[in-house]
Amino acid sequence: MGTPIKKPGWMEIPIGGRIEEAGNAHKYHVGGWRIRRPVWVKENCIHCLFCWVSCPDSAVEVHDGKMHGFDYNHCKGCGICAQECPTKDKAIEMEPEDIENQFDN
Amino acid sequence: MGNRIALTGNEAVALAMKQIAPDVVAAYPITPQTEIVQIFSQFVADGDVDTEFVTVESEHSAMSAAVGASAAGARSMTATSSNGLELMFEIVNIASSLRLPIVMPIVNRTISGPINIHCDHSDVMAIRDSGWILLFGENAQNAYDNLLMANRIAEHQDVMLPVAVNLDGFIISHAVENIDIVANEDVRDFVGDYYPEKYLLDEEHPLTMGPVDLQDFLFEHKRQQIETLKIVPQIVQEISDEFAELTGRQYEFFEKYKLDDAEIAIVAIGSTAGTTKAAIDNLRERGLKVGLLSIRLYRPFPADAIVKALSHVKAIGVMDRSESYSNTGGPLFSDIRAAMYDAGETAKIINIIYGLGGRDITVKDLENVIGRVKEVQDSNQIAEKVIYYGVRE
Amino acid sequence: MAQMLEIRWHGRGGQGSKTASILLGKVCSAADKYIQAFPEYGPERMGAPVIAYNRISDHRVTVHCQIEEPDLVVVLDPTLTATINVTEGLKEGGKVIINTDLPAGKMKEKLNFNGELYTIDANGISEKELGKAFPNTPMLGAVIKVTGMFTMDKFMEMIRKEFSTKFAHKPEVIEGNMNCIRRAFEEVKSE
Repeated sequence: MGTPIKKPGWMEIPIGGRIEEAGNAHKYHVGGWRIRRPVWVKENCIHCLFCWVSCPDSAVEVHDGKMHGFDYNHCKGCGICAQECPTKDKAIEMEPEDIENQFDN
Repeated sequence: MGNRIALTGNEAVALAMKQIAPDVVAAYPITPQTEIVQIFSQFVADGDVDTEFVTVESEHSAMSAAVGASAAGARSMTATSSNGLELMFEIVNIASSLRLPIVMPIVNRTISGPINIHCDHSDVMAIRDSGWILLFGENAQNAYDNLLMANRIAEHQDVMLPVAVNLDGFIISHAVENIDIVANEDVRDFVGDYYPEKYLLDEEHPLTMGPVDLQDFLFEHKRQQIETLKIVPQIVQEISDEFAELTGRQYEFFEKYKLDDAEIAIVAIGSTAGTTKAAIDNLRERGLKVGLLSIRLYRPFPADAIVKALSHVKAIGVMDRSESYSNTGGPLFSDIRAAMYDAGETAKIINIIYGLGGRDITVKDLENVIGRVKEVQDSNQIAEKVIYYGVRE
Repeated sequence: MAQMLEIRWHGRGGQGSKTASILLGKVCSAADKYIQAFPEYGPERMGAPVIAYNRISDHRVTVHCQIEEPDLVVVLDPTLTATINVTEGLKEGGKVIINTDLPAGKMKEKLNFNGELYTIDANGISEKELGKAFPNTPMLGAVIKVTGMFTMDKFMEMIRKEFSTKFAHKPEVIEGNMNCIRRAFEEVKSE
């Protein structure tokens, strides 16, 4: 679920708008922006990783050079991965987001 | 004591920059600041100083490069005047809001137009609300000394704000005067090295500077600036006291000249303050109890201390070398009146706008100005709130 | 010396009045005087009338305006007197030094001036010593003599130091300039 944040006051934050923690964009979940979700069809996947290369949000999870599914906290549902998927029977299908599984991570 | 030599204001500033030896200077020439850049770049070319000198194509780029270098962790400086300052205006605000301790001499010149290269304070007054610390002085010695203190103030851990050191164009920048210079090693010891706590090129602790900062956070960052500026005067004084120990030259938020027993006060900024002293001496010989308050720290504005210093006078003439086009007088006038009003002071205050575009103001002129303030004191009423002195009717 | 000596230099762009005022200021500074040396900045054009100033004092000079009532006026080009009232504001008892080969009496007449007026043929001296008319350094010699600020030997010793810095890139002109100053010191006259 989207976390309600108690925002810190001026005495608690770094000066000048600095962000002093590297890579903390990971903590910011944008999955809730999604109206369509990519679904991985494992049996059709040839692990070409075109999806991984194309994803603008680094939301394709890859382990040991193999496609492993999606990071739904960071996938915004743009559908580029499905578009780029080269297999005849698509290994990525875009499905309507449903209220049940929108925040499944 | 010390080492007294004869230098122009610009030569003194360039010398101070050489002694400070910043990591990066990015600057673009503009009259009357040009000599600073020219002389300093010669120091670099001759190997007298180990500074990365960045020649840029505009003042916007000069300040941008200074911002970049400062964010990267370098002690960074630039210098400018007039329209150059206005061209860098966008980045001037970024420097202060990103809390980058850049130091910049400003050789005060009127802003165009019509085009004019001579002194007034319209350039720096345009950045008065930009969150920079603004220091002024009446002569080349003050400019040199303020510059030697500027890095210490800017880089102080509890400050981290840029500092501008102002000197009057031509009147100070191009006039030769005696300067007591501080020995190179003493400057090195006093200014010290710059070790920023957080900087972009720190590989061990990567960080982001200048991210988008929206409704949910920008206000907090502004509040930080505001709260920091509240403690800046105290830090300026600590560093000034330390400088006095080194040089014997004591600086405060402002200089009081024959003010303590005065019934009439003149408040001024810049070289005119010095000329006012001569006028005061002359009038004191004729029995007039007049004194001067010459502002050194203008931003943040040391209102409480100023009120205290002026609390006993009956009438005040505030000298502004720029207009605010508000129909209520110049910027310093507004500041002084606001401060006095808050304190419930009842002294009659008038504004004298003078010297725009470099128009000379002489000792006699200042005696006349003091005469006008005396009229206010005698009549206990203000016939003319803002006097435009020295302009042809 | 009076409490503060104020000098106004009149010249034309290119004649070196600013340089002369700065050289005088630097020498006086080296002699522990408080000084100012500054030109009146305007359009800088060869031949246009220009003004430079000196203040020399035993106390720090706080005044930062032009000099309206000089103690001494130095005129580097006599033809300026046709268009400029060079004695304007001159203090009671103030002095004038003019670069001219005319006698002082004649110049007094031209200027309608009854005070102390000195003449020196600075162009003649400079042409002889430097091969070209640079009236500013001879005028320095005349100023030193008329004001009595320094003995000639003392001034020569001090100005040599300034020249060695100023002319570091062309030391061959130093002796000529030194001669200019010495000769002007000896030849300036009020008759």
